[in-house]
Amino acid sequence: MALIEIDRLSVTFQQSGQNVHAVRDVSISVQAQESFGLVGESGSGKSTVLRAICGLAPISGGAIRIEGSELSEPRDKTFVRRVQMVFQDPYASLHPKRTVDATLAEPLAIHGVGDRDSRVVQALEDVGLDPGFRFRFPHQLSGGQRQRIAVARALMLEPDILLLDEPTSALDASVQAEVLNLLSRLREMRGLTYLMVSHDLAVIDHMCDRLAVMKDGQVVEELDHAALAANAAREPYTQALFQAVAHERA
Amino acid sequence: MSLLEVEDLHVTFDTEAGPVEAVRGISFTLDRERLAIVGESGSGKTMTGRSILRLIRPPGRISAKRMTFDGVDLMAAPEADMRAMRGQRIAMVMQDPKYSLNPVMRIGHQLTEGLRLQERMNLRAARTKALEMLEAVQIRDPERVLQAYPHELSGGMGQRVMIAMMLIPEPDLLIADEPTSALDVTVQQEVLNILDALVRERGMGLLFISHDLQLVSRFCDRVLVMYRGRIVEELAAAQMDAARHPYTRGLLNCLPKIGGPRGPLPALDRDAAWAE
Repeated sequence: MALIEIDRLSVTFQQSGQNVHAVRDVSISVQAQESFGLVGESGSGKSTVLRAICGLAPISGGAIRIEGSELSEPRDKTFVRRVQMVFQDPYASLHPKRTVDATLAEPLAIHGVGDRDSRVVQALEDVGLDPGFRFRFPHQLSGGQRQRIAVARALMLEPDILLLDEPTSALDASVQAEVLNLLSRLREMRGLTYLMVSHDLAVIDHMCDRLAVMKDGQVVEELDHAALAANAAREPYTQALFQAVAHERA
Repeated sequence: MSLLEVEDLHVTFDTEAGPVEAVRGISFTLDRERLAIVGESGSGKTMTGRSILRLIRPPGRISAKRMTFDGVDLMAAPEADMRAMRGQRIAMVMQDPKYSLNPVMRIGHQLTEGLRLQERMNLRAARTKALEMLEAVQIRDPERVLQAYPHELSGGMGQRVMIAMMLIPEPDLLIADEPTSALDVTVQQEVLNILDALVRERGMGLLFISHDLQLVSRFCDRVLVMYRGRIVEELAAAQMDAARHPYTRGLLNCLPKIGGPRGPLPALDRDAAWAE
């Protein structure tokens, strides 16, 4: 049985009296400890899929199941302990007036987890930051350091699923490499399952075992890592994306 | 004589902790060609672009041994001359159309504002000119775009509108600060084609500021690599593979490639000596 099962999911937003179908009949299944990628251009609905899993987007049809059981509405504490999300922009996703320590300790307080002190220090170490960062504010950190804190926060409750929404697109190339390496290492260490969204096919190829290409709210093609490397994509849209990246990285 | 000559440019910010130099003595020349400045965030590339237009606000200040544009000394020119030059002869395209277009003004109004005020053109003539420019940047239904507000346009359309706006006065030099990094890859190519055509057909000079080495290597003629306020390497864009500086090589190597090895990506080990 798949760990994450998305079954004919639809998300519809209301915009000035009109229905906008952001996600239409998307079905994806992700196995335990797999790393699955969603690629597509802006507006293709890839982030909305992640947001729907977390309860941040209105589901208008279909179902999402984790280990076979449907998600509760609203999401409960057990869901939060299993599934965490890392957002795109580390400048917007950390509270500007809270220290790193407060940010990392908050989920522990909410869930009544003890031993907060050592857990915060351990979390910093896990993402490769010196304990000296503990009492800094976000504005005292670089973009890469912030994204490490965002990853650390997502891991505080020891979830087994991480939803990664463009985790490196706001970062410089060299910092992107560091954060991608960190994510790979953490997945290996902890046996995590990733569902990762990116507009960069090369990043998805580097990180993921399988991927789905989205366009206009629908999945147009599903590929595995080997097929992508062999340029065996059938859909013209995937080909176009592949060309754009290959051209750039030729 | 080159179109733009910059010699020993410094941009300094006076902070409470003492002066911080964002740009530390760089020199380059630009002709009617495509010159790229690449570097990571904080390397001073945007500050370099802005200082050519003298758009650095206090507490920042600019100093240079020499900075001339088409024979005019940009360091000594009075503010009134600079105003006349900005937009008319040297134009700048900013990174994000979301923050650079006026959100409460229709596109048509923004596009024609300069023509009506600077050139005292009547509304109809200005409108015709605006339509022409929108067509030149390959916007398919320019009539609709003229009536639209910025939020009604996609990122790619907004970026093209900004380019159209900068090109209406037919500048001699265009400074493009990350003009495509907010765009999807397929749209990116279209915008680059437009810029390319302008350089070739109008003989415009283009200063292309970007963080993307791969992109500039196939689009520009020459590349300046900046690191912490200095130019560490200058390359012909076609010879990117021959880059010698470890910083340039590190930037090239740390990108994931399709079908590439899946082990850890090589990290960039910064050497304190590079900044010297």
